[in-house]
Amino acid sequence: MDILEILMTASFWTAAIRIASPLIFATLGELICERAGILNLGIEGIMVAGAFAGWMAVYSGLGLWPGVLVAFAVGMGFGLIHSILTVPFGLSQHVVGLGVTLLATSSTYYAYRLALPEVTSPPSITPFQPYEIPVLSDVPLIGPALFAQTPLTYLAFIMVAIVAIVLYRTPLGLAVRAAGENPQAVAAQGLSVAAIRMGAVMIGSGLMAVGGAFLTMSAFNSFFFEMVNGRGWICIALVVFGAWKPGKALLGAILFAAFDALQIRIQQTPLGAGIPYQIFLMMPYILSILALVVMSRRAEVPAALMVPFNKGER
Amino acid sequence: MMTDVPTPKHGMTRRRFMTTAAALALTAGFVWGTPQAMAAEPIKCAGIYTVPVEQQWVSRLHKAATAAAERGDVDYTYSENVSNTDYARVMREYAEDGYQLIIGEAFAVEQEAREVAAEYPEIAFLLGSSFKEDGALPNFAVFDNYIQDASYLTGIIAGSMTQTGNVGLIGGFPIPEVNRLMHAFMAGVRETRPDASFQVSFIGSWFDPPAAKETAFAMIENGADMLYAERFGVSDAAVEKGVLAIGNVIDTQAQYPDTVVASAIWNFEPTLNMAISQVRSGTFEAADYGIYSYMKEGGAELAPLGTFKGKVPQEAIDLVEARTGEIMSGAFTVEINDEEPKSQ
Repeated sequence: MDILEILMTASFWTAAIRIASPLIFATLGELICERAGILNLGIEGIMVAGAFAGWMAVYSGLGLWPGVLVAFAVGMGFGLIHSILTVPFGLSQHVVGLGVTLLATSSTYYAYRLALPEVTSPPSITPFQPYEIPVLSDVPLIGPALFAQTPLTYLAFIMVAIVAIVLYRTPLGLAVRAAGENPQAVAAQGLSVAAIRMGAVMIGSGLMAVGGAFLTMSAFNSFFFEMVNGRGWICIALVVFGAWKPGKALLGAILFAAFDALQIRIQQTPLGAGIPYQIFLMMPYILSILALVVMSRRAEVPAALMVPFNKGER
Repeated sequence: MMTDVPTPKHGMTRRRFMTTAAALALTAGFVWGTPQAMAAEPIKCAGIYTVPVEQQWVSRLHKAATAAAERGDVDYTYSENVSNTDYARVMREYAEDGYQLIIGEAFAVEQEAREVAAEYPEIAFLLGSSFKEDGALPNFAVFDNYIQDASYLTGIIAGSMTQTGNVGLIGGFPIPEVNRLMHAFMAGVRETRPDASFQVSFIGSWFDPPAAKETAFAMIENGADMLYAERFGVSDAAVEKGVLAIGNVIDTQAQYPDTVVASAIWNFEPTLNMAISQVRSGTFEAADYGIYSYMKEGGAELAPLGTFKGKVPQEAIDLVEARTGEIMSGAFTVEINDEEPKSQ
């Protein structure tokens, strides 16, 4: 199989969308935070916490969808911690974010050991199963890729639309965007910048946690401590790649995932046999950086990103 | 509890009271501790692992050490999920705490682990390592899961069960312990399927089951109908796509009864028991304990066929039995090849 042949197979695109799904959730979450002016580097840890919380909830007897809600709630909890420190206290968003990542990963591990002190191999749950949408899934190439996925993947795409509509078509979205561009103007309108920013960070963190939960509840069926494996950091880059716009961020996530799905497959072609595997593992990152350079040149960074807002201060 | 303590005129501060209480407790400990010291004491053994004890490789150490503790041979405690940057510190803490035997993994801290061992010459260190022992560091012994014999036998079975002759191998990183087992497995496959082709991939992580699963899907699409599951996630892809898999280090057939045909099992017990007896007799020295993972020593075995009993061709079973006998008698040795395996 050469590259073109791989690109023409439905299974390749199915894999790409599947790999993209957790990234879509988490990228949207980060995008909401940053649109409100808060860089959330807690993303990696929050994804770990979400991966564990959702899975553990299902393992303890809850249904899959309640499990997703539990993950979302846990993410919001860490978002609350992050936002209290960064919004009213106005602390360094870099330091707080990394702190939240460390806190979330280590407390997740602590909770994991408390819940499962003696296990020989990690227990598994019955995860979300692919659901083929009638008619649409029969369309060649796109059908299986887009319409034969698990319900969580569909939710990821729906969330892109919801976030885009809320951000651009509602007063709430306007307030969130304004909080990230010109918080003084928001305050002048009599709105609370702190409440908007904290709310955005909490909702965004909830989505990140659902992204993590995708790994344990859809892509796989059990929790491993290091399974998020840097996906959170990718999402930070994807937000920049997407120029802080949900639709472009979605494209970025799919593009990254497609590179990833492609490298796995090229490894087994005659071309790939002669190249060290490390080059292939690097490929999605290198191509994403290149795309980032090209795409983000004209991106408009939220003007008040990482700028704390103190009411009444000039 | 303050009521028991007569309160002096100037008042005993809380801190002062705590200090006194602590001193009393210590003294009591001494008094009670003495008779215990007279009995045959279990060796104080600590495990230091960079991953949770569920991880395949580490789970074998943990299982053997737990069993030794139940027998009363060791007092076993462990620290799991220790990051490599923290590994030397944890080693020192156990060393300072009077532990006599420290087991664990030095794969990512080969240099630092040896430096710590040099500082505590009276403590026995038995660590998994990609390198050999060093005579100048007599208290530092190495081991690894040399279960190539069992991997080779699983290969014989895999070769007899594949329809397409296309076998996929997915590993974490191409380090010696992974490579040699893959090579042994492939050599086994060729015994029963000389024309077999192999797809080999490494996912660059020990713990990314979704990535391992995606890689397995890609290999199955590319014709593989038999997978060598070095990582978690591979057998799951095999279940979903209805192909077969071979387990490694642990027996996973219970979780995948219709998928995992055979597993090469690692038993750490011979390695640990040898170390315990040598620490006890004071003869622990720099050595490569790798040989205690050989099948001859009981360090490796082929898991029972279980659900696949009767489904594996008889010729393959006969060959496995013949080779097992030859391996045990020393008439046949499985080649140890630590090179990175490539697709072929």
